[in-house]
Amino acid sequence: MNAVIFFIFAASTLVGAGGVVLARNPVHSALFLVQTLLSVAVLFLLQDAELLAAVQVIVYAGAIVVLFLFVIMLIGVDRREALTETLRFQRPIAVALGAIVLAEIIFLTGHTWATGAATQSGVPITGSTSSGDLGNNIQRVARVLFTDFLWPFELTALLLVVAVVGSVVLARGSGDRSERSIEEPSSTADSESAS
Amino acid sequence: MIRLFAADPLLTGDIDLTVLLIVIVKTLIIFVMLLVGVMLYIWAMRKVIADMQNRIGPQKAGPFGILQSLADGVKLFFKEQSEPAGSDHRVYLLAPYLSIIPAFLAFAIVPIGGTVSIAGHMTELQLADPAIGVLFLLAMSGIGLYGMMLAGWSSGSKYPLIGSVRASAQMLSYEAALGLAIVGVLVHSGTLSTRAIVNQQAWTGAGSIFTDWYWLPAIGAFVIFLIAALAETNHPPFDLVEAEQELTGGFNTEYTGIRFALFYLAEFMNVITMSAIAVTLFLGGPNGPGLGFVASDSWINTWFMPIFWFFLKLMVLLYATVWVRASLPRMRYDRLMDFSWKVLIESAFLWAMATGAIVVGRNEGWNLWILTPAVALGAFLIYFVLMACVPSDKELEEIR
Amino acid sequence: MTEFYREYLAVAVLIGAALALVGLMLGVGKLIRPVRPQADKYITYEAGSDPVGGWGQSNVRYYVYALLFVIFDVEAVFIFPWAVGLEPLGIFGLVEMVVFILILVLGLVYAWRKGVLRWA
Repeated sequence: MNAVIFFIFAASTLVGAGGVVLARNPVHSALFLVQTLLSVAVLFLLQDAELLAAVQVIVYAGAIVVLFLFVIMLIGVDRREALTETLRFQRPIAVALGAIVLAEIIFLTGHTWATGAATQSGVPITGSTSSGDLGNNIQRVARVLFTDFLWPFELTALLLVVAVVGSVVLARGSGDRSERSIEEPSSTADSESAS
Repeated sequence: MIRLFAADPLLTGDIDLTVLLIVIVKTLIIFVMLLVGVMLYIWAMRKVIADMQNRIGPQKAGPFGILQSLADGVKLFFKEQSEPAGSDHRVYLLAPYLSIIPAFLAFAIVPIGGTVSIAGHMTELQLADPAIGVLFLLAMSGIGLYGMMLAGWSSGSKYPLIGSVRASAQMLSYEAALGLAIVGVLVHSGTLSTRAIVNQQAWTGAGSIFTDWYWLPAIGAFVIFLIAALAETNHPPFDLVEAEQELTGGFNTEYTGIRFALFYLAEFMNVITMSAIAVTLFLGGPNGPGLGFVASDSWINTWFMPIFWFFLKLMVLLYATVWVRASLPRMRYDRLMDFSWKVLIESAFLWAMATGAIVVGRNEGWNLWILTPAVALGAFLIYFVLMACVPSDKELEEIR
Repeated sequence: MTEFYREYLAVAVLIGAALALVGLMLGVGKLIRPVRPQADKYITYEAGSDPVGGWGQSNVRYYVYALLFVIFDVEAVFIFPWAVGLEPLGIFGLVEMVVFILILVLGLVYAWRKGVLRWA
């Protein structure tokens, strides 16, 4: 049963991933990406990683792909993408990098420490628990995250602030002129919002 | 896997045919309840608003016009479909599904009654009780957003696109506030499971309304939650999605007949679900006094009373939504976005931190009479420092 | 069988039932509704006048809010396990989250001061 569900959703993940690359329309690509992300969330559930599954849906499907869609709608889908590549040797380099990543993955799966095996019940992830009770997946993640991984956690805040600063700089543009040029084509879209 | 908090006892043993049947029956009941609930809610809404405006409201279909929404629904089945020629056909067909299925699913985590025995199996009167609990709600509202966004986009028409982009930006902004408001409860409860949260608000006497139900200990979070939930469901005064004067119908302008009905259904189901979640998190869910003169293990007290209390609380909140709909004018879009990002999110942060400080202090055995004012003072201090740091609207004008 | 099936069995049944219901509604609608095609019916609605231009575009302002939301969503995802595990973590847990949030609020204040949180 476990295997059946795994194979169904693994197939769905791969189909979605293929769709992302093959779809002509960027919005369809984004939707295939959502399919992949949701399927991966189910795979997380199969590993008893409930919190991770929820995060996968809330952050990736619920926020990041929505951001992609905003960008797609900002640019507009009418515009035909130029199929000539501006970067020379893009294709061979992409193939080479892909091969390296694949080799890495195959190498890592040979080592148990990188397989992402299911949390083993009864085996503490961290030594810093006072009671024998481990709690559910969420409580375990909380304990590990806020004790053993405290430093990376605080650094994440810094990383997020860097992201805020970056997005603010991007959105404001380098000056009034560039800003105007972004907003002008969409004047049909939003001149009414102040009513 | 060790669980601190009980999952549904129905599903802890072996899963045989009876168990599966019980699950299916529960699913069907939830289904019928939601559909009939939407029907009655729309009717009640029209009746109450009519009353508030000195009108009569629906009165022809059935007694007191109670079948009016059913008649409207049946009519929509007979309507011709017209899809714009330039639409993105597949996405256009997909969008109603993406809107309505999450709306159904989100209700699954709502406890509508106590723990009862059906055919020899103990079970909780709620469809699912996953450990991620309320996160499930956020996940579903995240998926529901796609329905709106894609409906507007796939029509290939201008007004729907504006409506859908507006809707998604609004829902995103208020989802952030909604999530942070829920944290105000989670700090108290220490669990995400809706059933465990409800169990912590058990009825121990009239005093538990004020001490055990979370609406008072988490009053700030409660207020933020209610406002954010209204905005999240595109309910007036936050219904800029379908601001008729500017956008005709918003994201569903190009949808007709039964597909339009699906969006409409999803919208009202979301209102019901959000109210039910508010009852669960803040108002004790199905907890309430049993009837003293019947045995505490009789069906009246185990089956009927919890369901009664749940629906009573739900109806109070739903009435409040209708009241708000009838009273408040629509907000302006800039104020709407400002309100979430400049007021609600900051307040929710402060509330979560202040609650955290009080909960930790209580566990450490500090004197709450000193701690609470100190925390409140600290929160106000941080708020004023924050407000001193940011420019006023007038100064912002100059920055641009 | 692991816990997985038990917790999400009902969810799976509900998804199936919802799909069935929506399919049924659309199917019944398809059977009983009239189809009388006319080219004019399939023009997009633009307040009665003939539509101009192609697919619309959205505005860059929405994009900024979506980006900020991604950041605050990531941060909310950290707060949820924190709230659940706060009691065993105690003062230590409280302090680390206050530091985390203060750093993030700095980002929000920056965005605010630079005027991107203003809708104009």
